[in-house]
Amino acid sequence: MSTVGEIVEKVRSKNAGPFWLTLDIFCGSPAAFTQLSTGLSTERVAALFKAEPDKVLRFDIPALNVVKFSLPRPQIQGAVADRDMHGASFAPLLAELELN
Amino acid sequence: MKTVKILVPSGALGLGYDPVALARGIALKPDLIAIDGGSTDSGPSYLGRGVSKYARASTKAEWAGLVVARAEAGCPLVIGTAGTCGTDSMVDWLYDITLEILAEHGITAKISTLKSGQPAARVQKALAEDKVSALSAAPDISDEVLASCTNIVALAGAEQIAAALKTGADIIIAGRTTDTAIIAALPIMRGLAAGPAWHGAKIGECGALCATNPQSGVICVDFDDNGFTITPMADGAHATPHTVSAHMLYENSNPFILYEPGGHLDVTNATYTALDASRVRVTGSKWHVGEHYTVKLEGALIAGYQTIIFALVRDPRYIENISDWCDDILTKHRAKACARLGLEVDDFTTELRIIGKNATLGDMESATETMSEAGIMGIVTASDQQTANSIAKLLNPYLLHHPLTQAEEQPTFAFPFSPAEIDRGANYAFALNHVMVLDNPMDAFTLEVHP
Repeated sequence: MSTVGEIVEKVRSKNAGPFWLTLDIFCGSPAAFTQLSTGLSTERVAALFKAEPDKVLRFDIPALNVVKFSLPRPQIQGAVADRDMHGASFAPLLAELELN
Repeated sequence: MKTVKILVPSGALGLGYDPVALARGIALKPDLIAIDGGSTDSGPSYLGRGVSKYARASTKAEWAGLVVARAEAGCPLVIGTAGTCGTDSMVDWLYDITLEILAEHGITAKISTLKSGQPAARVQKALAEDKVSALSAAPDISDEVLASCTNIVALAGAEQIAAALKTGADIIIAGRTTDTAIIAALPIMRGLAAGPAWHGAKIGECGALCATNPQSGVICVDFDDNGFTITPMADGAHATPHTVSAHMLYENSNPFILYEPGGHLDVTNATYTALDASRVRVTGSKWHVGEHYTVKLEGALIAGYQTIIFALVRDPRYIENISDWCDDILTKHRAKACARLGLEVDDFTTELRIIGKNATLGDMESATETMSEAGIMGIVTASDQQTANSIAKLLNPYLLHHPLTQAEEQPTFAFPFSPAEIDRGANYAFALNHVMVLDNPMDAFTLEVHP
């Protein structure tokens, strides 16, 4: 078993406006893309970020070897309970996820 | 074939740009120099207060370089979302800075300003007329929420920037605009196809972020009726089909569809072709006109006042029991704050974030490495500053001396500051993620020509 971060080149998370978070998984090769695209379910990503699976947008982009997820921010940017104004620190959580 | 050449010096004024690359771009005789001045990415406080995140001196130094370059190029210079948040106060702020620069350099320029600030009454009226609708994950709004916003802005699009360009201004200082509008406006105004105009604007709006050597800043976007070409200006900066197409992922929830005032861009069938080692040509981008002309709204309001307090814990026995220790403090502190300050539990929140354990991700954290020290960040939020300060002061004896057990010598933890508590002032919150229908694009914007 490997983690997402061990398989791919880079995982990035950023705000997509104050209300959405977007995570870009740069797989780096067609083989890694296939492994991620088939091995990482939207449900697991939703569970990781405690989001409802039907609120998570998913884009599998073979031309870029990228798998992208977008979801409503766990907390609205800058809300009292928000911990990361720019949303970049959610990436390690996804990178450390074990891929089945 | 009709073409439009736009020079983008940087992803934002304040991030810096390579002056050699800028000079190289000016030598290409651009039709327009366009730069973005802000974003919501630094949080709601800037919009709430109507202030810039960058120092005035930094803004002035970088803006002066562009004002001088513009005089040399003889083309208009446009900035969108002036002063981070694009409130009317920030348009005035940058206008004053511009006058200082012109005087100091002995140059003249005709300036137009475009203001995007929205009186609450205008949005309330639109809400009553069913002309305001919520975007995905939007908070609930009401007349009261709108009235309590300290600032509301609407994001201008290509139409409003085109109106400003048509004044014949040399320098356009715009309040809140979409990042793309300042670039897309000119090719659309000159009659070029809207698909490539918006797509090229989206790729170009972050400057050289769509290329290698992203910190060099300066890129040139050449538009025509069929597509656009991206050319980075700095040495060592190369645009490739991968860097350019991957930029659609950046801070975008949907990498293929981009909503803008008046419609949306669809790049699903766009083709990215390398012209050489540094330049990329893009075709196949489509623009779809919307049923109504809508502009996005942003607003911020005061959601309490905060005081924070830091303590550092290094004792291994406390580190081992750090969560229980914090929970015990919170329970005792809550009771004391209610008793001594006459508050109800709902009147305030106190949080102890354990830096070194899970301060970044909270209950999502999955790592379980052992730590040798912990920073405790106490965050108190209450309805006014004095109350927040008093509640934080009540935390002080706990964070300094709270024992894990009663049967032990009184411990003392590390405070990095005196006084230990730090007032943070008003804590702002984003309150709007909505769009407003306009009968006429200029209805919610104010264009002024300064002689």
